[in-house]
Amino acid sequence: MNLVIAALDRKLLRDLWRLKGQVLAIAFVIASGIALLVMSLSTYEALQLTTDTYYERYRFAHVFGTVKRAPLQLEDRIKALPGVQNTQLRIAKEAVLDVAGFPEPLMGRLVSLPEGRQPTLNQLVLRRGRLVEPSRPNEAVINESFARAHALNPGDTIEAIINQKKRRLRIVGTAQSPEFIYVISPFALIPDKKRYGILWMGREALEAAYDYEGAFNDLSLTVLRGTDTRQTIQALDALLAPFGSVGAIDRSDHLSNWFVQNELKQNQTSARILPSIFVIVSALLTQAALTRLIATERNEIGLMKAFGYTDAEVGWHYVKFVLAINALGILLGWALGAQLGRFSTQNYAEVMNFPLLIYRPGPAAFLIGAALNLLVALLATARAVRAAARLAPVVAMQPPSPPQFRGEGTFLSRLGALADEPSRIILRQIERWPFRAAATVFGLAGALAMMILSLQFVDAVDEIERSHFSELQREDLALGFSEPKSTVVLGEIARLPGVMAVEPMRIVPADFVAGHIRHRGAIQGISRDSQMTRVFDVHRGHLRVPPGGVVLAARLAEKLQLRPGDEFELRLLEGRRPLIKASVSQVFDSYIGMFAYMDIVALNRAMKERPVTEYVNALIDESLQEELLVRLKNLPAVSTVALKSIAVTNFKETVAATLMIFIGFFSVFSFALGFGVTYNAQRIALSERGRELATLRVLGFSRRDVLYILLGETVLLVCLALPLGCWLGWALTAAFVNASGFQTELMRIPLAIAPSTYGISVLVLLVACAISGIAMKRRVDELDLVAVLKTRE
Amino acid sequence: MSDGVATMESVEGEPRATLRAENLTKTYLTGEREFKALDNVDLKLYAGEMVVLLGPSGSGKSTLLNIIGGLDTPTSGRVFFNDLDITACDELELTRYRRDCVGFVFQFYNLIASLTARENIALVTEIAQDPIDPAEALSVVGLDHRVDHFPAQLSGGEQQRVAIARAIAKQPQLLLCDEPTGALDSKTGIVVLEAIERVNHELGTTTAIITHNAVTAGMADRVLFLGDGRITHIECNAERKSAKSLAW
Repeated sequence: MNLVIAALDRKLLRDLWRLKGQVLAIAFVIASGIALLVMSLSTYEALQLTTDTYYERYRFAHVFGTVKRAPLQLEDRIKALPGVQNTQLRIAKEAVLDVAGFPEPLMGRLVSLPEGRQPTLNQLVLRRGRLVEPSRPNEAVINESFARAHALNPGDTIEAIINQKKRRLRIVGTAQSPEFIYVISPFALIPDKKRYGILWMGREALEAAYDYEGAFNDLSLTVLRGTDTRQTIQALDALLAPFGSVGAIDRSDHLSNWFVQNELKQNQTSARILPSIFVIVSALLTQAALTRLIATERNEIGLMKAFGYTDAEVGWHYVKFVLAINALGILLGWALGAQLGRFSTQNYAEVMNFPLLIYRPGPAAFLIGAALNLLVALLATARAVRAAARLAPVVAMQPPSPPQFRGEGTFLSRLGALADEPSRIILRQIERWPFRAAATVFGLAGALAMMILSLQFVDAVDEIERSHFSELQREDLALGFSEPKSTVVLGEIARLPGVMAVEPMRIVPADFVAGHIRHRGAIQGISRDSQMTRVFDVHRGHLRVPPGGVVLAARLAEKLQLRPGDEFELRLLEGRRPLIKASVSQVFDSYIGMFAYMDIVALNRAMKERPVTEYVNALIDESLQEELLVRLKNLPAVSTVALKSIAVTNFKETVAATLMIFIGFFSVFSFALGFGVTYNAQRIALSERGRELATLRVLGFSRRDVLYILLGETVLLVCLALPLGCWLGWALTAAFVNASGFQTELMRIPLAIAPSTYGISVLVLLVACAISGIAMKRRVDELDLVAVLKTRE
Repeated sequence: MSDGVATMESVEGEPRATLRAENLTKTYLTGEREFKALDNVDLKLYAGEMVVLLGPSGSGKSTLLNIIGGLDTPTSGRVFFNDLDITACDELELTRYRRDCVGFVFQFYNLIASLTARENIALVTEIAQDPIDPAEALSVVGLDHRVDHFPAQLSGGEQQRVAIARAIAKQPQLLLCDEPTGALDSKTGIVVLEAIERVNHELGTTTAIITHNAVTAGMADRVLFLGDGRITHIECNAERKSAKSLAW
């Protein structure tokens, strides 16, 4: 087989082969950007598609509501509300669970199921066993992730305190549900597979246990296509108000779904911000490589012109060089991105417990990156290509005159006057090609910035943990009761083994209304001199809760457009549902949640109730912790037990699991970027000055001296890039944490980059540069001293 | 045996040899064929003399210069610089040899574009043992007025004279010039040869010039003719012509 390749294309192929190191370095940078983009976008697409399909197939509801207790007869009236299509009325209760062999009491949610069949909405994906059957009140289906975390199988038993009575339940099946993709306890910040379980039990069983014959306390409904759920919710709230409704929520506010959507948004944000760095840097690298290639090929260009090639043909020849490098990078990036996308989607699917996974990346993710890359690369190299195309044959055949240097006046040359000759060469080189030096500095700074961005997430998590768990929630243990209790209970808890101090707390669901803005949340009542829950402002430190007035989290105050001193309406959604006028006494800045605090005495007064508490915060003696937990497992009035140490560990572990993968990818990519930029710059310098360097060797300079000149420039540029990169890393992080997906009502990523993060990032960049430097050393060792005497450039 | 030769050569009347090459052979493998660039060459360069190596392309003159300059190693044979066997030197010792003992002048000047004339010379004087002032070296080649100019601001002849100044500023015992006028027109070439002549004369530097320009031979003490890797014959000029009187 004899392929006919035009001579010029043959030359192109050989040029690419000759410059393979550089071509690969650039291609890797391009590939990294494309891969990142394809990974983020395709993960986003796949998760979106998977979630939508999952929701559709298993009939995830659109609106969710909770009431104290309402009769089932309401169903007809609910169905008659505007837009309502289907309804599901359930009994759902929090309970303390006891898994044999596990030290602490666990929390769980009991959810009613129609016996012997799937519910109409929020259907179960049965993984093992079967659904519950009629007349078997002790059967339960548990969620798959909880079952796995405790190695529970159909046939095993689990104990639960149901309506203050301890019962032994038999597990008959394990299941997943679109409602519980993320299984989050209402009292935790993040999902905990191990310490929060979902138990689906027969409706009859829960009816009997909680005395809910003909009643429900939880409802879900779907609406007809095109319905504005806000109107449905409004009508629903009006209908359910007399039944102790705490207000219905839209699917978008559903906690599990909120977490899912948030993950999706974060992928979208990554897809937008990060690949652009690679696109710009790779374009600069291509530009530098091409400019150098054209400089070394002046004679060839002259020859081509002399033989009759047109300007356009010569230009096209070099455009093809750009296209070839980009094509290589893009193909590599596509392949890598598709793999990483699949990996990342699978990882999410595992974390999120999807029963199905649809990874069918569309062309968009692939095409956007490729098109953007090509466009920027062609724009960046347009000048060099045009210069090559326009080079007159006569001029091209002559050697280029030595580059012009300036001797005086500039800062660098004045600095150079103080230095020795080799250092002066370095300074003048930078001064002569400031754009190229700037591109290198920018590329290195970009690599450093990306490293900082990826590593700082660990700092952010530490900072959240510190501000939330060490400053705000200072208790060791939080207990919740199924009903508000008289404050007498404080004394009883205080007498339990190991309890050293106790404080009361109430959390009442509430609507915050300021003018036309409304926020549905909760108000927490704490003691004025509370030592365990202390309002903590991340800038100002601890704040006191005043006797009157409400302390608002800054994000909540912002949403409501309130400032200290402003008044607003507070509709409490429990008991008599009083509407009170409240004033903002202070605003505090925090990373987690949209909390609002007031004095518990004032809160009880507003509720028109005698002193009660729903929660007890306690400090405990760790040595007696086990004994205490055993006692708590058997206290029927206690419905929740939350150990802070476990919350902290879980918080870190869960966040770390997702973060480490993310950090891993980004570190590798930024390393590739740092190496690519350095290697390219050094190769060009070597190609340009190989002759000078060999001359120096002939003149009696040692390899080390010559390497100093070659690498000294890099070292100087790296020195410039380090502070710039640190700043850029800070700025990039700021842009990132302010972007949607990272700034949510639930959590805000703090901009808290630790000094060690800067240090480690700098170190990684230096290693990348050093590796390139070692590769250069080998080339300097191989400099041909003899050839240099005979040839002219 | 080599001792014997040395003894015979150091008989009175004969000047001291700065450089002595014995049985130099350099073989290249081109494809499957062996090519002898140097074939058993013996050579002596005496202190203070000017030698011109003449020969057509491929005669081996550059290979010879590279080996005695410490840039290349022979396949066999030995080269002594004074008492130093440079064929036995390692990389570092060769670097020191080039740094301290040899000055090079190249056909294409090989100046560092980012350094001025003075700085190009300082580049060498900063690492040399007993250098002269860069300004003084420039004055030897007649470039006192161009000290602070960059290579791009100098003509070809001026650049070559800076290169000569750079080569002699370290006061080398041996000055090796490879086609120093090859890239220059005759008028400029003569100015450059004058500079070399002056260095040889005033500083007493042993000088070897490679050229294929036969006219240059007139300014030498001895002329070595090379062909096919051998020294075919040696001519001694009874009287050296001045560079100024040359023309081509």
